[in-house]
Amino acid sequence: MDFLHNWAEYLPEMLSGLKLSMLIAAVSIVVGYPIGLGLSLMTASKNLVARAIGLAVVEIGRGAPALVILYLIYYGLPKFGISFESLTAAYIGLTWNAAAYASEMFRAGLQSVPRGQIEASQALGLHPWPIFYRVRLPQGLRSAVPGLMGLAIQMFQGTSLAYGIAVPELMKTSYSIGSRTFNYLEVFILAGLVYACISMPATWITVYFERRIHRRYA
Amino acid sequence: MDPVTAVLRGVPMTLYLTFGAFVIGAIGGVPLALALRSGTWPVRAISRLVVDFVRGVPIIVWLFVLKFGLAGEGIRFTPLTAGVIGLGLVSAAYLAEIYRGGLQTVPIGQLEAANALGLSRSVTFRRVIAPQAFRIVSPSVATYLMGLLKDSSIASTIIVGEIVFQAQSYARQHPTAVGIIPYVVAGLFYIVLSIPVAYFSRKLDRRMREEIY
Repeated sequence: MDFLHNWAEYLPEMLSGLKLSMLIAAVSIVVGYPIGLGLSLMTASKNLVARAIGLAVVEIGRGAPALVILYLIYYGLPKFGISFESLTAAYIGLTWNAAAYASEMFRAGLQSVPRGQIEASQALGLHPWPIFYRVRLPQGLRSAVPGLMGLAIQMFQGTSLAYGIAVPELMKTSYSIGSRTFNYLEVFILAGLVYACISMPATWITVYFERRIHRRYA
Repeated sequence: MDPVTAVLRGVPMTLYLTFGAFVIGAIGGVPLALALRSGTWPVRAISRLVVDFVRGVPIIVWLFVLKFGLAGEGIRFTPLTAGVIGLGLVSAAYLAEIYRGGLQTVPIGQLEAANALGLSRSVTFRRVIAPQAFRIVSPSVATYLMGLLKDSSIASTIIVGEIVFQAQSYARQHPTAVGIIPYVVAGLFYIVLSIPVAYFSRKLDRRMREEIY
């Protein structure tokens, strides 16, 4: 049971890394989701310019791996004199990633609202704006919730990629403990367990919500 | 050397990683999916825990355990082997979940009809249930494959010479403004490489719909 002793020794340092991982995940979700909603409206817009910009931001954010976006921001942009601290670069890159994926979920959610709902609102003489935020948005958001929760778990796990740009999050912290103690196996297993301790219960909560939403509609 | 050629050298490795892992995952996901739907609850509970655990740990952690963790115990994988095994393991868990969802959509009447006809369990699964489930899951599997293509970029952190690794080393050798190009090129390559997958998936889906109706 030697490893338990080692783990107890590594854990405080790793938990401080975890705190940063969770902060990055929180920022990318809290900032990224509203941007994603905006992007989903842009891609559905009648204005050609807005649609083109929206599509480009979404398609690049979803099409290119998050790691490439992080490298582009952290290692690529400084060559043009635009340089960010590693943490800022992680915020920007992962927020972009979250926004791009969230926009697809918002789009699907808004599209799932039956046409009759809009027509009924129009028949009642509601103006386009209230129709959107009192009728379409609440129903659309509801069906987007499970997907957005799943994405939040993905975003949390995705913060491990910030390791690549030297952000001292959980993965980077683990790696430095490993290179100090040469006990890589135990360190990375502990890191995996820490990630799993957050992701697994979060997944179960998501599954619960998913079932509840389906039940209501059925 | 120009940046496009430099990044191009990583493409075979990216494809190798992606398809190697996909084959492991597509095959390994089948027994896992069956275990998730097993009638015996301990089998179901254990497989659920395994699948959720594998999915709950980021890919980079799996790769580091396989490459750096096991090296200390005398098990030395090449970066590529570690990459294929790690991505394959994660794919098996994700695909098992996708398969399970597909199996669930096959109406119970199909199973009952097969039983009534006296078909054996394995024939029922292979010839009745699996083909119908496959139709349902094929678009999700294709979406997963496109995600896997992007996730293969994580193998660059364990020094597999794939697209992102090549982009990184080119950028390091070119500290001038040219150094940003390989990253842009790398991003475009992933987008371009996922186009054929999307195309064939749509074609496959359409063909299978035609077969039904």
